[in-house]
Amino acid sequence: MSGFLTDLRAGEWRALALGAGIIALAATLPLFDQGFYLSISVNIMLYAALCTAWSLFSGPTHYVSLATAAFYGLGTYSVGLGIDILPYPLLVVVAALVGALVAGLVGAMTLRISGVYFVIFTFGLAELVRQLVTWTQTKFATAMGLYVFTDFMEQHIYWMLLALTAVVFFTGFLINRSRLGFAMTVIGNDETVARHVGIDTARAKIVLFMMSGAFIAIAGAITAPRYTYIEPPSAFNPMISFLVVIMSLLGGTRRLWGPLVGVIPFTIAMDFISARFPNHTSIVIGLAFFAIVYLLPNGVTGRLEQLWTKFRTRKPVEHARATAEERA
Amino acid sequence: MNILVTGILLSGTYALIALGLTLQYGVARIMNLGNGETLVAACFVAFWLYTGLAINPLLGLLLIAPTAFVINWAIYAVALQPLVKRARNRGQLESDSILATFGLLFLLQGLMLLAFGGEYRSYTFLAQRFDIFGYSYGLNRVVAFVAAVIIAAALWFFLYRTRQGTALRAVAVDPNSANLVAIDVARTAAFAFALGGAVTACGGALLSTFYTFNASMGVVFTMKALIIVIMGGVGDLRGAVLAAIILGISETLVASLIDPGLTLAATYGLFILVLLFRPQGIFGRASS
Repeated sequence: MSGFLTDLRAGEWRALALGAGIIALAATLPLFDQGFYLSISVNIMLYAALCTAWSLFSGPTHYVSLATAAFYGLGTYSVGLGIDILPYPLLVVVAALVGALVAGLVGAMTLRISGVYFVIFTFGLAELVRQLVTWTQTKFATAMGLYVFTDFMEQHIYWMLLALTAVVFFTGFLINRSRLGFAMTVIGNDETVARHVGIDTARAKIVLFMMSGAFIAIAGAITAPRYTYIEPPSAFNPMISFLVVIMSLLGGTRRLWGPLVGVIPFTIAMDFISARFPNHTSIVIGLAFFAIVYLLPNGVTGRLEQLWTKFRTRKPVEHARATAEERA
Repeated sequence: MNILVTGILLSGTYALIALGLTLQYGVARIMNLGNGETLVAACFVAFWLYTGLAINPLLGLLLIAPTAFVINWAIYAVALQPLVKRARNRGQLESDSILATFGLLFLLQGLMLLAFGGEYRSYTFLAQRFDIFGYSYGLNRVVAFVAAVIIAAALWFFLYRTRQGTALRAVAVDPNSANLVAIDVARTAAFAFALGGAVTACGGALLSTFYTFNASMGVVFTMKALIIVIMGGVGDLRGAVLAAIILGISETLVASLIDPGLTLAATYGLFILVLLFRPQGIFGRASS
């Protein structure tokens, strides 16, 4: 591995500068509003972090991970259990370690075999962890829930989530430039080829899944103070997993910023729907899945890119078709 | 002994649900994550038939199974066949069908929540005592088990003793080779998917005679069915039945000896054992 950030191309410098500019701009939001807009921005920022972290793994591998709620809940619980014992920053580190550990275990058991087993295993993982946590709590503790009292206000949580999103983006950027990122591109295109050129495919996938799991757990740890009272059904809400899948895939996972395109409109739409039509959320989620499969297989960004290349190459293609017809 | 019998009685319905899923996944190559919703829908129809029209759930099967067959055929033809056609390889079909059947799961669940509400429902059917080896069990559970055994036996007869059943098994082994011996693979796959839906619906109707159900419980059953299918080996009937019995017994063991809240943990424990020691399933052959 040569220079860390020394051999960046001009385009990459521009992307980094643009990203830094957007982050700085986003950080000023709490100065303008402390009410509804801040509250929904916290949601957007949370899902931005979750979806980008999810796409780190599921983007290149195409494995639909439904473990998000499990990692998120583990992060929340790390804070809930330790808030009276350890300082908060240390708990965030603990959450990351727990997330990475569980992701490593799940990955080691399933990713060596096949993608389907992985999907099935993650499908019930949040429910499994929830059952285990509930059981341990009723067995060894007196209360069902945990209280988290901190001095954090809504804007502090917003800034922490923004910082996390920035870190996830930067990590994704570094991965794309690294050997691991290259290995994942090869695996995503053709796993047999990847194995033949000497890539340890299982190891690469497990490492990436652990990173993704750690980031998701951190997001859970950051939002824990927002709940004040933590109990298993809210911390391990399976809906989080499904929403993350939908938002990421609607946006598109081919680009690092692709999931964001799905997160912003969908968070706002879900906020509206769950307030006005609470009985219709399942139907909306079902239709969103259909939209992904039948209309936007590569997400909005994938479709836009497709249109863009079509627009740029239309003339040469027409030319080629004309000459082909002449020959025939 | 008590636990053993309770577990086996429970496993009868599990086996039907898993047989439905293994037909859909093994033959039609669609991992139907909305399978549990078919089950719940059958529960509601059986409930409605019994409480509204006083039709015995066992007779109700005669109506529920063909209806589920037709609806599942339609779902396959409209929603899933296009995915099979556009898929370039098995992996792409797998991830496409997972997402599409998630859509199905939520759509059906949402519609049922709208139609029936979120509360738990049950009805009393054959709630009498029935004694086996000195312990008493609900007669409804015993009847449901016997019905499940009869349906599973009929399915076995169809698959292993008829021409069409043999065609189904041929597609399960290798769709390309099945094509070479003049089997209409697309039609057979659609048939298998529809049949799988019908078998699952039977499981649901039988389950409703002794189980309290609600509109959003489908996912848990899909989860259990998936694990049974993997445990038994995809597309393998004997494996699915054996795995269902193992799951039924171990779940009852955990529920009665440790805690009823840990049944999924028991299921996962088995799943992990299978993944570690026999990833191709009990009767499965090693495949790519």
